[in-house]
Amino acid sequence: MTSFTPYSALIGGLAIGLSAFLLLWLNGRIAGISGIVNGAVKLKQADLSWRWLFILGIVLGAFFASKLGFSLPSDLSLSWAAVLVGGFLVGIGTQIGSGCTSGHGICGIGRGSLRSIVATLLFMTTAGFIVFLSRHVFL
Amino acid sequence: MNKIVALCCGVLFGIGLTVAQMVNPQKVLNFLDISGDWDPSLALVMAGALFIYVMGYLVWVKPKSKPLLDEQFFLPVKKTIDKSLVVGSIIFGIGWGVSGICPGPALANLSGGDLKILAFIGAMLVGMKCSPLLAQLTR
Repeated sequence: MTSFTPYSALIGGLAIGLSAFLLLWLNGRIAGISGIVNGAVKLKQADLSWRWLFILGIVLGAFFASKLGFSLPSDLSLSWAAVLVGGFLVGIGTQIGSGCTSGHGICGIGRGSLRSIVATLLFMTTAGFIVFLSRHVFL
Repeated sequence: MNKIVALCCGVLFGIGLTVAQMVNPQKVLNFLDISGDWDPSLALVMAGALFIYVMGYLVWVKPKSKPLLDEQFFLPVKKTIDKSLVVGSIIFGIGWGVSGICPGPALANLSGGDLKILAFIGAMLVGMKCSPLLAQLTR
């Protein structure tokens, strides 16, 4: 069980939104993490450096925050199967569906994209359904 | 200059994810579990992020023809809701529901200490590399 943490959720959200806005306003780029990662591991990609710097930044930012009292989980409390199957499906789905929580859920919806609204509704309800099945039906 | 921007935006994004505790898969799963002990925190993360992003987009991005530090905005061009978007988003939703991890939090957790995050990222990259094969089936 985790408790409702409205203030830290809102402040964290504002930081994420500010980051995504700055990246668009200054560099003209979409802060969609799945797209940034996929582009970073392509061999024939011209714009590699900003992608790797953004990825490095996420790791560093999370590390700094964890030193200031906002913890990173040292134990994800997930089975190996959940980690491997989940990761594989997240990789496939975000590429075929052109985005993830950040790209569609924030940057796309934030620009009023109908595609992103549809995508976000679909992945949220699907994920909710999977959690319902795994926690309340097949437990 | 825009490389420094990318790094700083990444840092801010990583701080945001950690402060909001989206880095904790159990918190994400508890958000998706509306029929259980529902933790609505993540709705506020999204609300906070969208608030800043929408404001910034409408005021400083939409009226402009190019970003401050580059020659063009790199925005998605697709407008239609096609089969790939629907199928991909559902596959991503299954993966997210199974694990509680999406791409941003996966990266943010790298310095956290649970080796399973490496397995998740590895599986995600394999999924990304496999996606062109599966994408042909959805066309």
